[in-house]
Amino acid sequence: MADLNTVIHNIKLKNPVLTASGTFGYGVEFDDFFDVNLLGGFIVKGTTIHPRQGNPYPRMAETPSGMLNAVGLQNGGARYFASDIYPKLIKYKTNILVNVSGSTVEEYVACAEIINELDHIAGIELNISCPNVKEGGMAFGTSCPSAAAVVMAVRKVYNKTMIVKLSPNVTDIAEIAKAAEGAGADSISLINTLLGMAINAETRRPVLSTITGGLSGPAVKPIALRMVWQVTQAVKIPIIGLGGIMNATDAIEFFLAGASAIQVGTANFIDPLVTLKIIDGIDNYLNRHKFSSISDIVGCLHL
Amino acid sequence: MLMRKTVQNLKVIANLRLNDDHHLLQLQAPGQLEQIYPGQFANIHVDHAQSVFLRRPFSIHSVDYQNNIISILIKGIGEGTRTLSHAPVDSDLSVIFPLGNGFTLPTSQEKVLLVGGGCGVAPLLHLAQVLSKSLHDVSILIGARSEVDLVELDQYSKYGKLYTTTEDGSHGEKGFVSEHSLFGTELEQFKRIYSCGPEPMMKAVAGKAKSKSVFCEVSLENTMACGFGVCLCCVTETTQGHKCVCTDGPVFNINQLKWQI
Repeated sequence: MADLNTVIHNIKLKNPVLTASGTFGYGVEFDDFFDVNLLGGFIVKGTTIHPRQGNPYPRMAETPSGMLNAVGLQNGGARYFASDIYPKLIKYKTNILVNVSGSTVEEYVACAEIINELDHIAGIELNISCPNVKEGGMAFGTSCPSAAAVVMAVRKVYNKTMIVKLSPNVTDIAEIAKAAEGAGADSISLINTLLGMAINAETRRPVLSTITGGLSGPAVKPIALRMVWQVTQAVKIPIIGLGGIMNATDAIEFFLAGASAIQVGTANFIDPLVTLKIIDGIDNYLNRHKFSSISDIVGCLHL
Repeated sequence: MLMRKTVQNLKVIANLRLNDDHHLLQLQAPGQLEQIYPGQFANIHVDHAQSVFLRRPFSIHSVDYQNNIISILIKGIGEGTRTLSHAPVDSDLSVIFPLGNGFTLPTSQEKVLLVGGGCGVAPLLHLAQVLSKSLHDVSILIGARSEVDLVELDQYSKYGKLYTTTEDGSHGEKGFVSEHSLFGTELEQFKRIYSCGPEPMMKAVAGKAKSKSVFCEVSLENTMACGFGVCLCCVTETTQGHKCVCTDGPVFNINQLKWQI
């Protein structure tokens, strides 16, 4: 067996496979299916300081090789997370990170402060890239000054590992990544969903209640790979790649592009056991190509 | 013991064509089935269908614990359902099941009414099986457009008194299911009404139940990505805010829903 250990700032992962926020609930939903401790870690649902009802139904549209969602950060709020969800997560022996979102810098800070008090949470993923909320979210991740401002403000109150999750809905993702690194990010994860739209020709109406939504699934993988590769050239902090990873080969492509770890998102909906298959498949690949550890292939794209 | 949700490859042991667009798939699990509640559903992976990315959810139509078989009633509508309708015997299907909450069963013997329309009758067969086993007085009312759309009536009549409506009057009473004479003066005899079918039909049934204060549960259908409560795509509006049809439902008491009835 190859060495799958990976480090993201201060977080030691026993393997480089994480699950993406919003696709893995709070982990507990997968207990029936498999032992989630086998994962390198998981990132729980986007959390905001105040409870959010999310967007009206319909929130989802199936697309060729993917799906659009417009959930809109439905969650019970950071205090509810701390009081009602967190106690159920203490049983896990793997890394748990919380995806933190907000409408204003102050909301991000207040949310991060609450999560900072939770010992069993290894870090946060700052979500400056949600396309489905009217205010904040992606707006922070689409300009360098606003990205830097929110990252810097949260950095002041959060002292564990802070990953910043970037939006692909930008002209130059490398510039945003540099801004986040400069403002104190410990790692970058990318990509969040791509802004998209679905129309029902028969009814002549948009499919989603919000008209537009976030595209995920294999349809976005080539864009995600390109952006991971671009960001790898631009920053020194470790990169976590995600976007349409359905199997181990997809994951390997992200490592080659420069990601130190990956997240599996939409694939969890279709196969709840997919992450275990990906972990096995990565090991298999490394053995087959006679690499002793995952770090041997990170960024090793032959040009 | 309530069965944990699992991902399993089930073998298609029979695929029966019931009419032009309805098929009945019998799927056999490799191991012993544990208890599945009436109203629970299965999320099935569709192979070899180019436009299909996500699984397709289906009510569990009946359960045979002796032979570890669940059956699924499929109406071919889009590429996903049509492809599954033609699943060859002996092929394997990846199925996540059992999912969702299921109907609330009476604890003492009661007179109950099951109302289904179209392909929405699917969970009612399993429900009727379970209710009749506990010796409840079961009436089953099924509505369809025409006689040819009524399938498996012989199955339902094994488990209760069967009534039908058709829009063209070719079988049973003529009209919509919610216009059946059972909804007249007899309605109050029923302690519970369970319904599944097109939403306008369920709303009409719910309205009748509500007017006589009869307990009523409906099984909802929404487009879903996961089916087990993590994508939060299949929400419905309830008195307690957005609830997932897949995990908080698919069965809801009509008083929980924000229906204008």
